[in-house]
Amino acid sequence: MNDWFTIFILTLDATMRVSTPLILAALAGLFSERSGVVDISLEGKMLAGAFAAAAVASIAGSAWIGLLAAIAVSIVLALLHGFACITHRGNQVVSGVAINILAAGLTMVLGLHWFKQGGQTPRLDNEARFLSLDLPGAQAVADVPYLGKIYEELISGHNILVYVAFLMVPFTYWVVYKTRFGLRLRAVGENPNAVDTAGISVVKIRYLAVICTGILCGIAGAYISTAHNAQFVRDMTAGQGFIALAALIFGKWRPFQVLFACLLFGFLDALAVRLQGVSLPGIGEIPVQFIEALPYLLTVILLAGFIGKAVAPKASGIPYVKER
Amino acid sequence: MSQGSHEMPFWMDAILLPFLNIVTAFAATAVIFLAIGVDPVEATQILLFGAFGYEEGIGYTLFFTTNFIFTGLAVAVAFHAGLFNIGGEGQAYIGGLGAGMLCLFLGQWLPGLLVIPLAIVAAALFGAAWAYIPAYLQAYRGSHIVITTIMFNFLASSLMVYLMVDVLKEDGQQSPQSAEFAESSWLYSMHDFLAIFGVEIEASPLNLSIFLALLAAVFVWIFIWHTRWGYEIRTIGSNATAGVYAGIKPARVIVLSMCISGALAGMVGVNEVMGVHHRLMLDFHVGYGFAGIAVALMGRNHPVGIILAALLFGVLYQGGAELAFEMSNINRDIVVVMQGLVILFSGALEFMYRPWLMRMYLAISGRGDKQEVAA
Amino acid sequence: MSRHLFYGCLLSEIKVPMQSGMAIKLTDVSKRFGAVRANDKVSLSVEAGTIHGIVGENGAGKSTLMSILYGFYQYDSGTTEVFGKDHYFNNSREALAAGIGMVHQHFMLVDPFTVLENVMLGNEGGKLLKEGREQARTELTRLADEYGLSVDVNARVSSLSVGHQQRVEILKALYRGAKILILDEPTGVLTPQETTELFRILNALKDQGVTIILITHKLQEIMAITDNVSVMRAGKMVAHRKTSETSKEDIAELMVGRKVLLQVDKDESVTGKPLISVKNLTVKDAQGIERVKNVSFDVKAGEVVGIAGVSGNGQSELLEALSGITKIDEGSIEINGSLLTRKQPISPSKMRDIGLAHVPEDRHRMGMVNSFAAYESSALGYHNDEAYNGRFLMSRQKVKEYCGKLMDAFDVRPRDPNLKSANFSGGNQQKLILAREIERNPDILLVGQPTRGVDIGAIEFIHKRIIEMRDAGKAVLLVSVELEEIISVSDRVLVMCDGYISGEVSAAEADEKTLGLMMTNTDAAANLEEVVS
Repeated sequence: MNDWFTIFILTLDATMRVSTPLILAALAGLFSERSGVVDISLEGKMLAGAFAAAAVASIAGSAWIGLLAAIAVSIVLALLHGFACITHRGNQVVSGVAINILAAGLTMVLGLHWFKQGGQTPRLDNEARFLSLDLPGAQAVADVPYLGKIYEELISGHNILVYVAFLMVPFTYWVVYKTRFGLRLRAVGENPNAVDTAGISVVKIRYLAVICTGILCGIAGAYISTAHNAQFVRDMTAGQGFIALAALIFGKWRPFQVLFACLLFGFLDALAVRLQGVSLPGIGEIPVQFIEALPYLLTVILLAGFIGKAVAPKASGIPYVKER
Repeated sequence: MSQGSHEMPFWMDAILLPFLNIVTAFAATAVIFLAIGVDPVEATQILLFGAFGYEEGIGYTLFFTTNFIFTGLAVAVAFHAGLFNIGGEGQAYIGGLGAGMLCLFLGQWLPGLLVIPLAIVAAALFGAAWAYIPAYLQAYRGSHIVITTIMFNFLASSLMVYLMVDVLKEDGQQSPQSAEFAESSWLYSMHDFLAIFGVEIEASPLNLSIFLALLAAVFVWIFIWHTRWGYEIRTIGSNATAGVYAGIKPARVIVLSMCISGALAGMVGVNEVMGVHHRLMLDFHVGYGFAGIAVALMGRNHPVGIILAALLFGVLYQGGAELAFEMSNINRDIVVVMQGLVILFSGALEFMYRPWLMRMYLAISGRGDKQEVAA
Repeated sequence: MSRHLFYGCLLSEIKVPMQSGMAIKLTDVSKRFGAVRANDKVSLSVEAGTIHGIVGENGAGKSTLMSILYGFYQYDSGTTEVFGKDHYFNNSREALAAGIGMVHQHFMLVDPFTVLENVMLGNEGGKLLKEGREQARTELTRLADEYGLSVDVNARVSSLSVGHQQRVEILKALYRGAKILILDEPTGVLTPQETTELFRILNALKDQGVTIILITHKLQEIMAITDNVSVMRAGKMVAHRKTSETSKEDIAELMVGRKVLLQVDKDESVTGKPLISVKNLTVKDAQGIERVKNVSFDVKAGEVVGIAGVSGNGQSELLEALSGITKIDEGSIEINGSLLTRKQPISPSKMRDIGLAHVPEDRHRMGMVNSFAAYESSALGYHNDEAYNGRFLMSRQKVKEYCGKLMDAFDVRPRDPNLKSANFSGGNQQKLILAREIERNPDILLVGQPTRGVDIGAIEFIHKRIIEMRDAGKAVLLVSVELEEIISVSDRVLVMCDGYISGEVSAAEADEKTLGLMMTNTDAAANLEEVVS
């Protein structure tokens, strides 16, 4: 019984770690899409951020400076997206595809140029990484049955970016629903005409939104290369940006529901790892790939309106032009 | 007011503007070359030599071109219906699965003359089927085709990994790949094919698929501009209201155009699986589906333009490999960067120069206007 | 007066306006969109504390003028004075600051937001919503009480009826301190009861000293509620009147304008059996609003039936229902012996097969594809024709040849089937579409606005062709907002108003005055006059 409990806790623990970049990226997407700018380049921004964080951290020897670099690079890409979609009213999907491809190529080209390791960055020392933090008293209560385990394994022992990601959820909720900026952000994604006629600049709000997206994608990228791992390698985001996009849709563009979706998708991932090669009684072995594919499958089913209805912000994907 | 209230002459819109966009993309690439300490001129020379300098290089160039023609056409057909098929990756992958399974299971029983056409049809059908579901969901359930096709790319990946690892893997093999197909189901490589006529060329992956690609281009040209179905597709893509007035059903057009698009993307599987690898394996398709977007954008969705753009990308791919081989401080990913820049400037920032060109044009022709008023 | 000063906000202080004098004075305001002169030297004076109507047909430039006044568009030349002070508004915020609020035709509301959130948007009263929320709620409740605009402040806008959404728009403007309220076609989406209620509110606002500008094309509304009225036509201001000193007929004439009388020679019509037979037809639009209401009529072989009416009174929906484009909700349509009902729709292509041709009202939106070459547009709707198609291939050559014939028959210039459709003049585009529909010798012809944006020479030609169709024993249904056209081409005239058929006259009895009265004759209008007077 205790074994099962331990396995359960460990799986949840893994879920938290796997979910962290999803949460950050999905919240990043939330800002952009809530303002009416569709962003399929979360993946590219995360990848560029991961590269920048690992590269700069390895040179500067500080994870924090790496984090700042990741945020800066990600913001630059976000502004590029804004320049194409907001200023020049370009196709938002095409722009997203371009940024994803650009990030995939540039990280490798620059990585090779700077580090001569085939595109990877050097392995980071512990000082240049975000390491696990032991919360006070974690060791002391470790032996308390159940609750102690939960505190020690699940709540304590993560790096700071995990906590940042989880705190970002209520923070995002607060920004989106409780502040003036949030009100305008939501309005501009639903009916930009209403915002324009209220005398507020649609362009400005949308640019601010994509900058928020850039910041959060940068943190997500830094987490992947300097907290979860200790260097940058080829294509290291491995589609997590798209899972985050799926989670954003699955969570219906709402912060806490997005958190739930990210945890669900993260849990599926952790479960897939744990179930690898395990034969379940009565079912047999579940193909890992099936569990891995579930987030995508669930999102398709949701979008088709078979389980509830995911309604995107009304103005998303449409460049704003004053109507006659 | 739409930007269309002022019309620029056709040649400015159709030739000058795309040209400026491409020049900008290449200029940006040159800047990146300079940033990593590579002389752009030297790099271009190596790249061109790699692509055209020797027979094997040309073979590779045309081999890559074949894939790009397929995916470029796929994206273009959907574009004509006003749809964005971003799922070329998955459709190409599943198309390869269709061709591969047919070769694997029927290859040893049937003669090549039968297996090969059947396998090509299977590739088309599988690719089309993978596009059909997102198309159906868009047409009848209103789910957004861009998101669904992205999801289907990942579903294709998971499915293939599962099949390669757990189902189709050759017994006793470590790596996730199927048994080799019976030789009857191999598509002639170009050097073997030409050898029949006594023409000797160096071996390369180039195979008969390139003729299939050219045929596909002709097919798309005929289909889009010379059949009533193509007419319906273009009508819905340009003015859906007029289409409904004309009695065309938008939902049917969505499904039809996406299926054709998926079938074309599926042909990548023919080139890769039947032409080169002769077995099913993982990730033979990677990158071609997305590159198809760049090819279609550059080729302005016309088969001739697409063939030219595909050739350009073939050159970049093969030349890029040469570049990575020749220069230790550069890798193949420089091609990916160029591809991204082309999509950025030819696609997302397509109209960046338009207001500026417009002003130029008005400034030049504006004098005429004033005279008119004065007269 | 200070009681309807808005609550503390970011806007600059507004001087309490004087009760008398001019609220707005526009002088020679012009605005071009590309080659189109949307407003051409428009002047307008609106007295403070009055309700001022602005009428004109669709496209006369009313909405553009109001958007300029509201700072949404910037004008090219002219001057604006608001309460005696010169202004040039670079954006809506500046217009708001000067005390001008607007209620748009399409509401500028965020559907998932509550009423309160909608009102606060742009005037939040602090970086955090809670800083301003309670004050806003109090102020909103106060305004609502004062003007009798009761509405649930916490309700989501999407859950409100259209009439209540409009109240929110009005409250929004008042909350921002509007002293001048512009309403753009406010009754277009309202039921008669809601309209009555709106007018009660407007009168209440006027009593409190608010100046109101009412844009509409409905004459009964002008007569019912305004103090003064200005008439626009084709981008120009053509007349200003005191409402008490004018009449509907007078205004109708000003709106439509006296046009060159187009004489169409025609013989007595020889009618046969009905080819179109409409019974109790009701059609709803996508929003579920009834646009055609319980309409019944016949069109016989050998006659032209004209449908007159101010645009937007259900004619477009009627045409689309008859041609199979939109589904009907109640009643039935019999076309050339085939019955169409709600359960048994007939597709547009099937309609063509049974002998119905349709020249749509809006050629750019529906009649052709702008980016297509002319020959491609000339096949629109007939692309499945055997003459064009082999088993698989569509012969461009044959389409071009046929297009060339159409161009010859209807004198389309330039006679170049390869030229892009958008590059023909309006008249030639229209002739090509008419040729496409008429030359296939249909039994029934539906024609919408055949001469809109068409030069005089082409108008005559088009009218002659329509008469020829009739003389050949076809049934023709003509929808037009041009009364001249209706009167000179039709044998029988039906008038549509608010979705109903409000009158029928033979062409011989039809004149602009009779038709004009019928065009404004609705029960709703009668109700209004009772309530207001």
